Amino acid sequence: MLRYFAIRFGRAAITIALVVTFAFVVLRLSGDPAQIILGPEAPPEAIAAFRAAWGLDDPLWLQYFHYFGAIAQGELGRSMRDGRSAIELVVERIPITLALTLPALAIKLCVGVPAGIYAALHRGSLADRMVMMLSVAGFTIPSFVLGLTLVLIFAVKLGWLPSGGQDSWRHAILPVLTLGIGGAAVLARFTRSAMLEVLGQPFIRTASAKGVPWRDVIIGHALPNAAIPTVTIIGFMIGTLIAGAVVVESVFSWPGVGRLLVVAVANRDLAVVQCILLLVAATMVSSNLIVDFLYGFLDPRLRQTVGKAA
Amino acid sequence: MASTRLTLSGLTVRFDGVTVLHGIDLSIGKGEALGLVGESGSGKSVTWLAALGLLPGKARVSGSARLDDLELVGARPAALDKVRGGRVAMIFQDPTSALNPVLKVGTQIGEALSLHRGLSGRAIKAEAKRLFDLVGIPDAERRLSAYPHEFSGGQNQRVMIAMALAGAPDILVADEPTTALDVTIQAQILDLLNTVRREMGMALVLISHDLGVIAETCDRVAVMYAGRIVEEAPAAELFAAPRHPYAQGLLNSLPPLGGARRKLVSIPGVVPDPRALPKGCAFAPRCTQAAEICREVVPALRNAATDRRVACVFEPVVPAPAPDRELELA
Amino acid sequence: MSTVLLRATDLSRTYGSRRGLFGAVTKVRAVNRVSFSIAAGETLGIVGESGSGKSTMGRMALGLEAPDEGQVRFAGEPMPASGSPAWRAQRARMQMIYQDPLGALDRRLPVIVQVQEPLDIHRIGDQAQRLRLAQEMLARVGLSSEQMTRYPHELSGGQRQRVVLARALMTRPDFLVCDEPVSALDVSIQAQVVNLLVDLQAEFGLAMLFISHDLRVVRQVSNRVAVMYLGDFVEEGDADDLFAAPLHPYTRALVSAAPVTKRSSGQARIVLTGEPPNPADRPGGCSFHPRCPLAIARCKQEAPVLRSVEQGFGRRVACHLVEPSSMPNSKAA
Repeated sequence: MLRYFAIRFGRAAITIALVVTFAFVVLRLSGDPAQIILGPEAPPEAIAAFRAAWGLDDPLWLQYFHYFGAIAQGELGRSMRDGRSAIELVVERIPITLALTLPALAIKLCVGVPAGIYAALHRGSLADRMVMMLSVAGFTIPSFVLGLTLVLIFAVKLGWLPSGGQDSWRHAILPVLTLGIGGAAVLARFTRSAMLEVLGQPFIRTASAKGVPWRDVIIGHALPNAAIPTVTIIGFMIGTLIAGAVVVESVFSWPGVGRLLVVAVANRDLAVVQCILLLVAATMVSSNLIVDFLYGFLDPRLRQTVGKAA
Repeated sequence: MASTRLTLSGLTVRFDGVTVLHGIDLSIGKGEALGLVGESGSGKSVTWLAALGLLPGKARVSGSARLDDLELVGARPAALDKVRGGRVAMIFQDPTSALNPVLKVGTQIGEALSLHRGLSGRAIKAEAKRLFDLVGIPDAERRLSAYPHEFSGGQNQRVMIAMALAGAPDILVADEPTTALDVTIQAQILDLLNTVRREMGMALVLISHDLGVIAETCDRVAVMYAGRIVEEAPAAELFAAPRHPYAQGLLNSLPPLGGARRKLVSIPGVVPDPRALPKGCAFAPRCTQAAEICREVVPALRNAATDRRVACVFEPVVPAPAPDRELELA
Repeated sequence: MSTVLLRATDLSRTYGSRRGLFGAVTKVRAVNRVSFSIAAGETLGIVGESGSGKSTMGRMALGLEAPDEGQVRFAGEPMPASGSPAWRAQRARMQMIYQDPLGALDRRLPVIVQVQEPLDIHRIGDQAQRLRLAQEMLARVGLSSEQMTRYPHELSGGQRQRVVLARALMTRPDFLVCDEPVSALDVSIQAQVVNLLVDLQAEFGLAMLFISHDLRVVRQVSNRVAVMYLGDFVEEGDADDLFAAPLHPYTRALVSAAPVTKRSSGQARIVLTGEPPNPADRPGGCSFHPRCPLAIARCKQEAPVLRSVEQGFGRRVACHLVEPSSMPNSKAA
């Protein structure tokens, strides 16, 4: 059992390290931060000084070495722009992003899962076709299109809600809806197909043949099985809580982690970009871990595999 | 209770406008062992799934399935739920996929015990353990909290049987219960079915494509072809001297296990597509004895002897021994 | 029989099997020092339950899987290395038929194209000849010319298996391995295909290794039969003789357990207790001893070897209780 967890954690750490390394290399190869931050007209001396101060003159491998050494000590560097600690900058944006993504996740779960189950149970009905149609729409419409459409309707035409900014809870409604609708569509589709697959299994017929009322067949026999694939997609959604709102935050000028990332990338503010990527990788990986443990909880066949390895 | 009888009459099933079951008339009484034999697509499983309302929603079931005085076709769901597992239980072909993989087998048996026997808590556990002992699962106490994937196929079929017995049913419908199992395990399960049937005075409907399995287990046999019963007879008589050409062909197709080797007398052709059944007798295109009339008229299942019915125009008609057995086909 | 076409000596195959995701690798001995030979035109039937190693043996006999120990010689020559030109040339002389014909056929091509394909691969004849030979072969296995141009999913299970047979025979092989070829078919169709197989075998002078769990079918097509249990041959002999008078306790149980439509009063059914054999957990001594109704102390200690017994035609049995020289006590069961 311990071994199983150790290996999982080891893999997670390697994944994060790979992400960070990749970002490190790509960012440094794609433009000179000194030039970008100081502007094209900056005197060469200023640029040289900047480069020296931030260690940009060192060979790439040495920079990388320093960087990893710092990370090992919990030091994630400072913003090249205003010299503040990168982690501080990022951490203060997290609650702002969560203010969008958490309510959106709630919408996804509360709308997507029931809609998927309902559609599966009434396969071929009008409601099922509606759910499927909406879910295809939610699937295919990019979030910036959806966001702008909502703005057009509720802010511009009707004037009910503000189109951007972060001054009150009313400002959050449109971005939350934008995030929630797309995710709910994905989840509805997934839940529906998982449910349909389970409903076709022989053990569902066994339960009916045993005299279990249909409602209890659904709740007691079908749902626990359908939960297994559905949890995968929910786990993925949890993984995007921090960084899944980049586009929507930009559309609605919401000053969250996503906005910070966009700005930092544009400025080649290396420490900040890397800090965010590290955070994103960590949330993704830990949500994967959570999903794995949930699997073990939901599916005894996997549990046994884990148990045997102990 | 003493004379529980399940009577199917004119039971018909359509899927998307295609008739797969053409008016089945069949009856099973207390303690009887009835075999249903036929090839895939003959409707032998559909018959019983239809009677118990277990077919998917798009199936259109008509005709009648009466359990004593209770009409099952079109019955309220609550009434059907009482019958299913309580009076008529069913077990299936692939026992491992017929059990819920995420629930402990004890829980799955307990469900039937609480539904049909009103047991709860400790009483469920005790009764489940007794059932496990009855079906021959060793170490019952501990195994009740195991999951289906921790059992072999044969053991899972024992679990299925224990679950079916939980509701103390009058009739057990076993749909190809040993087809997925190895020969030596098949023998164990058939033995078990025979034992519990005797001990509990339960009627058994055994659905199988395997003539040997049917012959060794059943008192009476109905042979099905293309959604109809073509012959019904006491098992010994049917296997000694089948009357319908299809039943004859089926027996001749079976390679003998002893004696001189002979070339098998196989039935030519293939089973007809239910969407394109031939006019007249569905077996006529494959029948070596078919005549002009066979391609015109669907032969009715008629009494050919006492306790024997055959659906072939060449069968001499014998006056019915009892009027309630006179049959007509749509 | 006449010349030996295929001789297998001491074939063994062991798989590594992991228990769980990170569990230790356990050795699963699928086939355990099995020797046999098949003469030209002869059919050896292999019966056994799941986990007996019969399919692994079939693949090794065909060179699709290399044995860990032992050797297969075909027409006197050792099996060439898999993938070599010699091996490819030999493919034309040996063919395999599986249980699921749909899986063996390409869904996107009409069956006539697929039957012609072996000739394309081995460059036999010109295009017109290939087509004509394919048509003749398909007609021989009983397909109408209209059915030849259909796709696999447009045919019934029995017809598909006929197509697979036709394709296998296109290169005029000497040796055919059939692994449960009729198990997925309905009884009436099974009989058609079994008859066809027997006819073709005689017509083409094929040697066959016929693997099945179905005793009746095996007896119907085989000259000799071997019974496998947990990777061992426990009994081998003339087909009729072996089923009429099985000597090994496992064979006896197997034969008596086969459901029959008419059981004479003398032959009671032997119902073996215990679970089906698990190759990952082979018992010591005779691997059948935990389920054997006759097992004695020696069976737990010492694995019996397959050896000839006097009666029967070339019967070999691996059982301590069957004396090599004297008639075994048939009342022992």
